Amino acid sequence: MSHHLVEIKDLWFAYPDGTEALKGVSFRITHGKCVAVIGGNGAGKSTLLQHLNGYLMPQRGDVRVGDFSLTAETAAAVRRSVGMVFQDSDDQLFMPTVFEDVVFGPLHLGMTAGEAGKRAQEALERVGMLHLRDRPPYKLSAGEKRAVAIATVLSGVPDVLVMDEPSSNLDPRGRRRLMELLRSFEHTRIIATHDLELVVELCPRVIVLDGGRVMADGPTADILGDEALMLKHGLEKPHSLRHFHPH
Amino acid sequence: MPSGMAQYREVGELDELARMDSPVHRLDARAQALTTMAFILAVMSYSRYEVSGLMPLLIYPVVLIAAGKLPVGVLLRKLAMAAPFALFVGIFNPLLDRHVVATVGSFPVSGGWLSFASIMVRFTLTVSAALILVSCTGIHRLCAGLERLGMPRVFAVQLLFLYRYFFVIGDEGLRMRRSVEIRSAGSAMGLAVYGHLIGNLLVRAMDRAQRIYRAMVARGFDGEIRTLNRMAWGWRETGFVVGWAVFFLVARVWNLAERLGAQLMGSGL
Repeated sequence: MSHHLVEIKDLWFAYPDGTEALKGVSFRITHGKCVAVIGGNGAGKSTLLQHLNGYLMPQRGDVRVGDFSLTAETAAAVRRSVGMVFQDSDDQLFMPTVFEDVVFGPLHLGMTAGEAGKRAQEALERVGMLHLRDRPPYKLSAGEKRAVAIATVLSGVPDVLVMDEPSSNLDPRGRRRLMELLRSFEHTRIIATHDLELVVELCPRVIVLDGGRVMADGPTADILGDEALMLKHGLEKPHSLRHFHPH
Repeated sequence: MPSGMAQYREVGELDELARMDSPVHRLDARAQALTTMAFILAVMSYSRYEVSGLMPLLIYPVVLIAAGKLPVGVLLRKLAMAAPFALFVGIFNPLLDRHVVATVGSFPVSGGWLSFASIMVRFTLTVSAALILVSCTGIHRLCAGLERLGMPRVFAVQLLFLYRYFFVIGDEGLRMRRSVEIRSAGSAMGLAVYGHLIGNLLVRAMDRAQRIYRAMVARGFDGEIRTLNRMAWGWRETGFVVGWAVFFLVARVWNLAERLGAQLMGSGL
C-alpha cells in the first residue's frame, strides 16, 4: 500500500535566526517498517519530525507521505495519515476528559459523532486505558498519559506513527508496556529517541543524524554496534550490544 | 501542598463539576447561556441604590445550585477569590456619597453605603450566575453553544483558548515559583527580579501554548469547535429560558420583596 510510504528527498531547513537545522536529509521508509532516528541534541531530529506532519514546510527538497508531496495545500491530508505523538504528553492532552481528548482527532478529521466515538473507544481499548475514559488527563500518571496520548493519535486511524522520545519519563514497567504496545502496531513507525536499548529491541533499522545530515542509515545491529561511529556522533554503543552473552 | 498548587487544582474543579449529571446539566448550553445573559441584564438594569429589589433574584442561583447539585463551598470559594475586585470598585462610594437616603430604625444610611451594598449584591449575583453556567456546561460545550448562538467563531475560539491557557500559564508560574523559592532561601527579592520572572513566564507560556496548538492542529483542528454532545433544543430548553425570563421581568417590574413585606406586615397587623 503506497499510503504507508514516507520519503524524504534532499530536505533543507533553516530557522529564521539563521540556524541550519537540516542540510540535505534523504531517506525512504516503506510500509509497516519501524525505524529509529537517533542523534545528539541539536542534530535536527525535532526539526525533521515537524516536517513529517506539515508543521514545518520544506524550504528545499521534498517530503512525501503516501500519495502526497507536502505543500500548504496537502498539509491537511498529510496530517490525516500521520499520527504524531509528542515528547511531552501534557502538550498533547488538552481536553477536560480522556475520552474527549481521544475523540477530538476523529471529530476534527470529519467523522460523524457515532463513528468518532467508536474509534475513540477502540483506540482506548487498544492501549488498555478504557477504564480511564472519564478521568481528567492531568490527573493521570506519566505512563497512563503516554498511553492516552498514543490513543489520541490512533483514534484518527493514521497510516504512519511518528513519535518523539516515547519512553522519556516512564518508569521501567511503563517503558516495558510501551515497548510491547509499539511492537504490536502494524503502522509504519518512526521513532526519534535517545533510548538506544529501545531501538535495539524494536527497530530493525536506524538513521543517525548529526549536524542536520544523515550520517548513517542501515541495520540497527551494524550501526549501534559500531562504537567509533557512535562516539563520533555524540552517541554510545548500547550495553546490550557490548557483550556476546546478553544479561 | 503549596497554596499555589491548591489554586491551580481549583481551576480544574469547574470542569469536573461540568461532567456531573443533573436536569440542569442536560439542558442545551445555548439555553443556559441565554438565561444567564438575561439574568445579568436584569441585575444590571436596577438603579444604583437598589438593594432590597435585587433580593428576589437570588432565587435563580439558589434554584440552579440545588437542581444542578453543585457544591456550594466550591462556588463560594471562587466567589471569594473574585470578591476583591468588586470591593475595590465600590469601596470609595461611602466616602464620596454621604447624603442620607434612608434610615434603618433610627440609624441613617448614606447613599454611598447603599450603592456599595448594591454593588456587592450585584457582584454576587452575576458572578455566581457565570460560575453556575460554566459548572453546568463546561467550557467546550459552552463555547460551541455560544458559537451556534451567533457569536463570531474568532471570539468563541479566543474564549476557549483563554480558559485553556490559563492552566498553561498557571503551571509554568508554579514551576518558576518553586525554583525561586528553592534558591532565594526565603529572602525577599527586588522588583527587577520579578520583572525578569514575568518576562520569562510569558516567553515560556507562549512556547508551551505553541506546542499545544501544534498538537491540536496535528489532530485536525481548523478553528471550528466540535464536541460529541449533540445540541438539541426541545420544549425543556424553551421552558427554561421563557420561565426564567418571565420571572426576571416580574421581579424587575414589581418590587417583589417590598410587596411580600407589605403583604406580611398588612396581614400581621
